[in-house]
This record gives sequence, C-alpha cells and structure tokens, in this order.
Amino acid sequence: PSHEYKLNFKKSKEVCLSYIQDAMLQKQWKRAAEFLTFYIESLEKDFSTEYMGPSEMIWRIGTEILCHHSNSSMKEFNSFIEQMKTLGVKRYLKVCLEHAFHLLCNGLIDEAYQNLSLAESWRFGEQTIIQNKELKLIQAYRGLLDYYSWRKQKNILLEHGQDGFEDLSVEQEMHSCFRKAAVSLKEIIEIPGVWDLFVKCYVDLLEFYGDHNEARQVLNEYAYNSKFPANPNAHVYLYQFLKRHGESKKSLTSALKILHDIVPSHELMIDFNIMLQKSKKRKKRRLGLEVIFAALDYAGWKENVKAWSCLARQMKQIVMSEKHLDWIKQEWNSRKDWWPAFHFSRYLAKRNWQENESLSYEKALVAGILLGKDCKYFKYISHQGCKAQVKRFRILKKFVNKHSPVYLRISS
Amino acid sequence: RDFNERCAQCSEVNWGLTDGGRFYCRSCHNVTERTREVVNTDFVSNARIQTISKGLRKQEKTDGGCEWYVCEGFQLVLKKQAEALEALGVCPQMKDEILCNFWRRYLQKTKQAYCNRPAGETVRAFSVCDSSTDVDSEPERPSLLRLLSLSESEGDLQTDCSFVSSISKISESTSVYSGSVDGSLYLMKNRKEKLRMTMPMTLSFCYMALLWLREPMTLSDLLRFVVEGHIPYLNVFQHFPEKMKLYGVDLKIFCVESWPVYEEVYYKMLELAAFLELPRFPDITDSCFLHPDMLCMKYLMEANLPDELHNWTCRVVKKTCIGEADFLTLVPGNKSTRNVKYDVLAVAVIVVVLKLLFLLDDHYEWLLSDFAEERNKNNQEGAPYFEFKKWYKVIKCSLDAKQKKLDEERAKYLWRCEKPLFYSDKKKSKVLKRRQMVVNLQNQFGKLSGSVQPAEKPNPSSFQFTWSEENADGSCFYGHSLKGILQEKCGLLTTMNPDYWLCTVKLCNERMCGHLAHYREAEFPQSYHFVLSLFSFLLRVQPSYIHDEVCVIEHRLFHKKIRKKPKYNAGLRK
Repeated sequence: PSHEYKLNFKKSKEVCLSYIQDAMLQKQWKRAAEFLTFYIESLEKDFSTEYMGPSEMIWRIGTEILCHHSNSSMKEFNSFIEQMKTLGVKRYLKVCLEHAFHLLCNGLIDEAYQNLSLAESWRFGEQTIIQNKELKLIQAYRGLLDYYSWRKQKNILLEHGQDGFEDLSVEQEMHSCFRKAAVSLKEIIEIPGVWDLFVKCYVDLLEFYGDHNEARQVLNEYAYNSKFPANPNAHVYLYQFLKRHGESKKSLTSALKILHDIVPSHELMIDFNIMLQKSKKRKKRRLGLEVIFAALDYAGWKENVKAWSCLARQMKQIVMSEKHLDWIKQEWNSRKDWWPAFHFSRYLAKRNWQENESLSYEKALVAGILLGKDCKYFKYISHQGCKAQVKRFRILKKFVNKHSPVYLRISS
Repeated sequence: RDFNERCAQCSEVNWGLTDGGRFYCRSCHNVTERTREVVNTDFVSNARIQTISKGLRKQEKTDGGCEWYVCEGFQLVLKKQAEALEALGVCPQMKDEILCNFWRRYLQKTKQAYCNRPAGETVRAFSVCDSSTDVDSEPERPSLLRLLSLSESEGDLQTDCSFVSSISKISESTSVYSGSVDGSLYLMKNRKEKLRMTMPMTLSFCYMALLWLREPMTLSDLLRFVVEGHIPYLNVFQHFPEKMKLYGVDLKIFCVESWPVYEEVYYKMLELAAFLELPRFPDITDSCFLHPDMLCMKYLMEANLPDELHNWTCRVVKKTCIGEADFLTLVPGNKSTRNVKYDVLAVAVIVVVLKLLFLLDDHYEWLLSDFAEERNKNNQEGAPYFEFKKWYKVIKCSLDAKQKKLDEERAKYLWRCEKPLFYSDKKKSKVLKRRQMVVNLQNQFGKLSGSVQPAEKPNPSSFQFTWSEENADGSCFYGHSLKGILQEKCGLLTTMNPDYWLCTVKLCNERMCGHLAHYREAEFPQSYHFVLSLFSFLLRVQPSYIHDEVCVIEHRLFHKKIRKKPKYNAGLRK
C-alpha cells in the first residue's frame, strides 16, 4: 500500500480492497473477513457506474469467504445470499443462479430446485427482459433437475417392474417430470450455445419415449447449425446416437469426418480408422490412413498401443499388396523431418521395450517400413525381441528385411 | 397592491408577486423578502427599505426541524472544535475569545456580499458565543475587539446589504432541497468567492487562532488529531441539535469525504488572515514553542537523536537568521515575507544538520559509523559515541512497524457514522434500509473475523515515538555523544566531514510551478530519503514538502558560496 497523504473515501476503500485481496490470495479468511467489515460501508456510496461496483464486490468476496471460512455454515451463507439478492435488482437472477449452483455443490438438491423455481417466476418490469439470458439459464437448470427427478422415478419404476409391482403414482410423477424437463431443455437448446449436458439429457428423454426423429433433429441442429459455436462434443453425441440406432456407415463416417477435422487427436479416431480400413472404397481407406497418422502427431497418443497397431496393420497391408505406396509416401513427406526424433529415438526404443513390449512391436513395424531396417529404433527393438526369443519379433524382422526396398521407394 | 415602497434598485413602484408570495419589482426584477401577509399587517414605520423579517421565525417545520442557516452550522462546528481543543489542553481563551472574534469578523466581512439575512437573525447567530466583550487584560496580546470597525449596537448591517440578485429563482431558496434555509443559495451564490466557508476552512480558523495564541500545537499536530478523531471534523454534524435537519445540498457543504491536506489548510489560513485584515500576529520569540529552537528539540527527541545535535540546530538557525521574530511572525497580506511552516521548517533544519555531520551520500555516514564503533570499543566510561548504523536500525524497525500499522488503519478507516444522511425524503427509506443491511453484514463478517478487538482511538499525544533511556538495550540515543564523529580544530569541535552537497543548485520560482524544488526519490541518496521519510511520517506530509524547505535553508546557509560561483557542481566545501 502506498504512502498516500491525501486520503479520501474512494482511495481508502481501494486500499481496503487490496488488503482483502491479499488476505484471500493467502487464504487468510479471518483477516479477509476483518477487512471486509470495513469495506462494507461503501455500499452506502454505491452510485457507481463502474464496471464492478461495491455491491458486486461484496457479493463475490463474501461468497468466497463464507465458502472457505471454517466457522461459516450453510445457514449463514443462505442468509447472506438473500441479502445480496436485495442489493441489486440488475443482478438478481445472476445471484439466484449462482446460489443454486452453490446449493447443488453442497448436495442440497431440493433447496436448489426451490430457489430456481422461485427465481423463474420473478418479474420486474424491464429487468425481466434485460436479464433474459439468466432467466433462460435458470429455466434450463430447473429443467435439468426435473430430468434427474425423472431418472430417479424411472429407476424406481424399473425396480418395481422387476419385482412385479405396478406403481401408477410413480409413473405419473415420472411423466410429469418428463414434461417439465422436456419443455425447458428444448427451449435452451434452441439458443446458440454450448449445452452439452442439456442436449444429452434431452436426447435421453426423447429416446426413452421413442421420439427418435426429434432426437436426430436436435443432434443434427446442435452439430451442424453454423450459428452454434464449433463444438466437437456435438459430433460425438451425434455419432453415438447414430451408432446406437444402427445407422449406415455413410452417416457414421460423415459425422466422424467433421470430428477429425476439428479435433484430429480425438479418441474416436481409432474407431474411425478401423471403420475406414474395412471400407471397400479406396477414398475411405486413404482417409483412414490420413486419420491415423494425424492422431499420432499428438503427444498424448505416443504410447497408445491400439493406435499404433491400427497404423501398423494398415501399413502392412499396403506394403504387402504393393499398391498405394504413394499414400504412405504422401503422409510421410510432412513427417519425415520430425517423427524420427518424436517417436523413434534410441531413448524411446529402450523405454518402450522396457515398459510395453506390444507397443514396441507395433512401433518397430512402422519404423521398419518408414525408416528402413537400419534405423536405430527397429534395430534395437528387433534385436531385443529376437534376443528374448519372442516369436513375433523374428517374424517382424523377416518381414521388414523382405520389404526393405519399400523403404527406399518411400524415402526418395 | 398595497405595497407602495420604492424599489431599492430602480426606485420604481411597480410590484408583482412571485409564486412564493413575495414582492418583486417588475421593472428590474429585484425581489424582496417581503411577503404579502406581512404587508397586510401593520408593520414597519421605518421608511428605509430594509430586508424584512418574515416575522417570527417559524420554529416548527413539518418534520420537527427548525430553520437554520449554513453559517450557523459552521459556527457550531467551530464551537465543537474549540471545545475539543480545550479538552486537549489549549487555553480557554481560544474558544471564548479568539476564535469567536475571528469568526465574527469573518461574518461581518462576508456579509457585504452575502446578504438576505434579516436583522433578527444576525443577533441570534452571535448569541452562541456569548462571551465577555471586555478588552483583553493581558498587555502583550492586542485585543481584536478594538479593531472591529463595525459595532454591533447599531445593528445597521442592512445599509450595507445589497439585495438578492434579480433571478427570482434564487430567492426561492426552497427550490433546491436543503435542510438549511440557504443551502442552495450558499453554494450557488458564493461559488466564485474564494473564501466561501468550507469544512477544511474550519481547521484554518482553528489553526489561525492557535497561532495567534502561540499555543504549543503545530499544524501537523492539529491535522493528526483530526484524523485520529480527537477533534470533530468527519461527521461533525452528528453534534448538531436534533432540530437542525441536514439534507439535500447541506450534505455537500458539511459532509467530508477526505482527510484535510496540510497545504490546503495552511494556504487557506493565510488567505483568511489577509481577508480579515488582521494585524501582525503576536511575535514568535525564542521562548515560544513554535520557535525552531524549541521545535527542533521536540523533533530531535521524537527522532531519537542525541541531545547534542540541538547545539547544531541552534547554530544553523542562527546562521540563517530564521530564528528572528520578524522572520517567524505572521504578517497577513504581506507578500514579501516568506510564510513559515514551523513544523516543516524545524525538521528541515534537522535534516540539514544531519547532512552537515554525516553527509548522507550513502557512503560517508556508514564509514563514520564504523569509525565511531571502533572508538566506542575503547570508550567504556561516559556516554557512548553515536553510531549512525545503530540508530538507523532502531529507527527503521520502529518506523516500518508504525507505517505498516498506519497503512492498515487507513484501510480500516470508517467514514460513515450512525446518523444517516439523505438527500431527500424520497431517498430516506432507501438509505435507512441500506444502513440496516450494512450493519447486518458488518456484524456477520465481524463474527468471522476472529477475536479481533476493534481498534481503539489512540490517546492524543504530541509524540508519536517515545524512547526511554531506561531501556537496557541501548535503543535510546539521547545521551549519546557526537564526539565520535567530531574533531578538534583550533580549539573548537567541528565536523569531520568537510563536504556538503546541495539538494538543488537552483531554486525554482514558486509562483511559476508551485514548488521550490522537485523531489524524486531515485535521484537522491537512500540515507537522505530515509531521513526525509522519517520526518514525513511524523508530520504526515509528502517528503517533497520537507525537501523544498531543506533546499531553502541550504540556500540561506550557503548563499555566499552560491553567489560566488554561478556555475559549479553540487558539491561544496564548507
């Protein structure tokens, strides 16, 4: 804090705030609370048009302190939040929403539901329109909680069904939850945004009640409507849905193609490659090779045995058929400068051999084809493998030796 | 219609009625205070146009408040401040006589431009300080009363009054909301008047009175007491009687939201003294507290420096002639004399002495300290030799601790008081609700603060640091001897240090840029900055303020040498 000689109200509250912030950063909650008591009187001068005025500060800081302070209880927190709600009409719904989150985090689902319902019915002239976004979110989360109720009822019903009971009231309850949930979730999904959780739940509801068309439409919109932000998960959900309903390979492929474009390192790329490898169409198999190479560009995949085995299998096939070697050449062109150090160093050879024999096997095959039998990786692994008298390594060695001219053609 | 008086401004008889029921002249739009009801009753026999009283002052308004004028408010403030000062030990004469008379004079002077006050009110205002009008019996202090040109017995202030300006809106002082009768008028009309009364100016009044009485309280002391809450200033309206309701623009006048600034209070005081046409203040002689010899002693003690330094400060004071009564005494309105800030002057002298003895160039003082330390090893009897290093450590430690405490106190400063204020009745419920919420929240988080005791108001004390010679740890340096750093030359003890560096080669023109010098911490040795920061903490002023004064003293001290060499480096041989 600077040694200011001219001190006025505004400056002294700024200084106070910096003390609060310091205390919070150091997790000294008692000290933070102490300074907050001196900051609070700035509420009486809250004519601010600043971006973040005293009332918002106090709300946020107070929340943090009450969350972390050992002596504070949920009851205290609730009473504090109720006061914050009355402080600023412009922020009312935001405070309600965050309050609900807090209650949910503390497992108080019923209270959260009550809060959201109450907030949903709030009307305040122009403010209701201005705070429309928050209102929609509140409705959506309330709908989400309805979904969870629905799920609970559904499970009860299934249990009872197994036991041979029929429970009409539970069923009715379930349907009513469904209706409430469906309406709210549908509404929020229509607004461009990232609504993964809402979408999943809504689709779940629709599928249960057999409305597959609506579900497909929703997922398509979510994935393909350009107004929505690009979201890889949208494509994943669509793919999973299509797969669940046994859709054609064509539609599955188109869903995954976009995912490959957005997130080449996605875990579904393995499934994608496997699907494409099996295709009769040349273009698809070509794409498959591209997909698996792209995935292995990422550090997170370096030790993924499955991925390497996909690549190895496809490359083996190509080498043996002696057709489409140019595919490998194309893919290798942009990688030959950095993959050797990235995947096939001597250090990695040692480590892979020590830690994961299968991994080293698959990688050795790839290395042998791309870099030739004299590359350090292949030499080390095959040597180790043969020394250990593991059968497949002997076969591997033979294979690579047999096809060594391929390497020359690729590398030229 | 029955009103046949002549208009004071244009001498026409052509009256109309304003919305408020007052008469106004249609020719020149001059408004009077006369209201229709008053005219209809048998009223005044005096032929001269006078501002007319509204009859008996309405004692009761709808909210139980009474009518009051802004200057009555200020008068109350001054009264409270004077009482507080008396409680601090200032002589009662300050309250009963001096401050009172200054205020009276101020009112009289400013009335010439500010007048719609009925005669009845004037008398009432003075009744608050009902004191003896006897001439002061003490011969040294000239009585103010003899100097007042206006005698109250005539009560003819009206003759000097001009009527309210022709804008009829202003006459409706209730058109802008205020608890006081003339709140809005006060702000509007007097905007251009430089000496319109403000809250900081109340402190200027207090200081002026203290200075007149040569009380042992410096301006920095006074302002510190204000901040510590010993003198009413912040939220002083709490002490207003219940009937004096404060709202609307009154808040702008009486609510304070910043600490008083030394420079502002000081310069206002000078303006005020000149405006009131006060004569030369009582002489500051060497037996006065405010004399540099005395103040230096005080600050030397607070800074935990050896008593022996006092000889040196006296020498500097003598050589620069700043101990002369003519230099030190305030002569209002005299632009040729330098205005003296006694506290700043005294600490600046100490800084100069420290520079003389220790050079303070971040090298020499430490060398000298080591030298003294060496000599101390052989010095087992008698007073130990003063070691700058030791002193630095002790002071730095204490200063840092005190500064940290002060910074925290500033962060915890509470500006609001229990008595809530609101601009208007409409806002009243909102304000009260807010206040209730604030109190609730303060309680809630107060409980979470742990067992922290509320900060108690420190006892008022002139000294912020106290050092005790009884402490065995040797942390008190009063009795230490400077012999360790002095040498004998021609039978006299003189400094070992032959050099001196000037803070500035040339003084700035105060009138042009407002300062005599420009202090930037990075451009000066750290020891020098340390010493400045110590005194700036004590006085609660910016280090640059003290630095300016140091420059002035240096230039007086070395002026001969400076004149000799127009171009030179900043180092000098003494």
